[in-house]
Amino acid sequence: MPKNILMSREVLLTGAIALLLAIIASRFPAFIAPTNLANVFNDTAPLILLAIGQMIVILTRCIDLSVAANLALTGMVVAMINVAMPGLPVPVIIVISIGFGALLGVINGVLVWKLAIPPIVVTLGTMTIFRGTIFLLSDGKWVNSHEFSDSFKAFPRTEFLGLPLMSWIAIAAVLLFTLVMSRTTLGRAFYAAGGNPHAATYAGIDVGKTQFWAFTISGALAGLTGYLWVSRFAVAFVDLAGGFELNVVAACVIGGVAIMGGIGTVFGAMLGSLFLGIISNALPVVNISPFWQLAISGGAIIIAVILNAQANRDKGRIILKRAEQAT
Amino acid sequence: MKRRTFTSLVAGMSLAASLMGTSAMAQDNLRIALVVKALGIGFFEAAAEGAEEAAAELGNVEVIYTGPTDTTAEGQIEVINALIAQGVDAIAISANDPDAVSPALQRAMQRGITVISWDSGVNEEGRQMHLNPSSTPLIGNTIIKLAADHMPDGGQVAILSASATATNQNAWIAAAEEVMPNYPGIELVATVYGDDLSDKSYRAAQVLMASYPDLKAIIAPTTVGILASCQAVSDAGKIGQVNVTGLGLPSEMAGCVESGATKSFAIWNPIDLGYSATMIAHALASGAATAEPGSEIPTGRMGSVTLDDTNSAAMSDPFTYDASNIDQFKDIF
Repeated sequence: MPKNILMSREVLLTGAIALLLAIIASRFPAFIAPTNLANVFNDTAPLILLAIGQMIVILTRCIDLSVAANLALTGMVVAMINVAMPGLPVPVIIVISIGFGALLGVINGVLVWKLAIPPIVVTLGTMTIFRGTIFLLSDGKWVNSHEFSDSFKAFPRTEFLGLPLMSWIAIAAVLLFTLVMSRTTLGRAFYAAGGNPHAATYAGIDVGKTQFWAFTISGALAGLTGYLWVSRFAVAFVDLAGGFELNVVAACVIGGVAIMGGIGTVFGAMLGSLFLGIISNALPVVNISPFWQLAISGGAIIIAVILNAQANRDKGRIILKRAEQAT
Repeated sequence: MKRRTFTSLVAGMSLAASLMGTSAMAQDNLRIALVVKALGIGFFEAAAEGAEEAAAELGNVEVIYTGPTDTTAEGQIEVINALIAQGVDAIAISANDPDAVSPALQRAMQRGITVISWDSGVNEEGRQMHLNPSSTPLIGNTIIKLAADHMPDGGQVAILSASATATNQNAWIAAAEEVMPNYPGIELVATVYGDDLSDKSYRAAQVLMASYPDLKAIIAPTTVGILASCQAVSDAGKIGQVNVTGLGLPSEMAGCVESGATKSFAIWNPIDLGYSATMIAHALASGAATAEPGSEIPTGRMGSVTLDDTNSAAMSDPFTYDASNIDQFKDIF
């Protein structure tokens, strides 16, 4: 049993992150200065938020490829609302962004739940539809920094106890969802629905409805991230966060979330995000060619998948030892 | 197996027949397709505006403004294949990759479609001529000069580019490195890549400022990169210390110039570029001019361009924007 705890993904990843930081520090000591680490964390905050949502979706044996497009569409919507009504207070903007993102998530959820279309097809479709909608909404034009109101741009940068609010939102989301996943009926239902859908159905859990809620939560988090992203980089356009959905899935996989569903923790998803965040922040500092950066990120994903596959093998109890050996 | 070959042959023949039909119908109206790197980019929207202007001037021209939704060569190949199927008369493309789109464009030329490239070029086999917005050496010199103009005492500068494989950015950077000896005291310390993604470019700018505390200027010859750098410099509280310059659009850069993060930047006029590309495509497609080294092609109000040995031509010099003229241009493009 102690061996299991030591070998758990969270411990392994923490070790890997520490090792990574040590290697970087040996070449570039300033990287592990607290202010820089805080910067890296803040930079990774959007990835953490999206990875939490994605983790919940993956737990239920689904996948949400539309997160980055949702982020970009919600970002464009709130950007245009801000341009049209500069006086609207930021809390209202945040509520709108969460609500609009959740609405987009509901579209995915309903298609998966009621029409039973494979989630990869649904979200591939909505991903393209969302991007197209941004183009139609904005007419292909960018919303630029001078068009935003100052309070709109200031919110994620405002410092509270030494960390920008964006970091605090990520921390709050990690705590909230750790609680939701371990202490609420819905949270446990996500694990049950993905771990063994048939058993979950017999236990009275509506698997489709659980998947619907997973997509809604993922959408809401993507929407919130949409506002944070647009306000942080002070720009909104069609290609915003292009291809980011793959980083999000990668963060989950590295964080020990099983693509086959049922296994994963919020903390793991956060560590997976941090791992990718550190790599993308550190590699340019160490002055490695951009081609190697891609190869290194890819290598990390493959190693994580190998570890995941092995972790999944000894899942459950082996009832017939002889049969297991025979195969 | 045999039957399948026969079916596809029949399908191919009927397609060819329908193509011939369309090109016959299109004779009264010359259809020129303006293929851009991706839809939704301000620069290309402005180029399309210029193309429409040229079309209105020429009269019998229909402009088809099209491109993929993201900047990939695969997406452009699909668009080119669709245009071949539609039987357009000319394709004017700004390519995402000089080689990847070439076979598709060669196929277009075999079908009698006039193919030119503009802005970001295609290799010589894949087009009849290439229109550079400006000459590469001139742009390379301009981006360094923009930084040097505001650094009387010299110092360190760094370049933040798009992707490491971007055709035009790499050519400009190479040209900039060539003219560095003309600017004594200016030291180019690093070239980093932001892949035209806001988050990656922002991070790259942060890294530059952290790695080189004495950095005086960040030169970003790409619109996403220059905006992200400008935001990173503002957030780091280094306005006045680090000058962000390079190539950007006035409408997008207005905030940066206003905040002081950017003292000046340059861009050619994309409206002129789309206009000239359309004029050239029309001249070649209608047979009024031929694409061969040394030939001179009229470009309406822009005068004319002369092709060099590689059938390329330069339109004009890049134009510098600063606090004095930004308000005049920010509403145009």
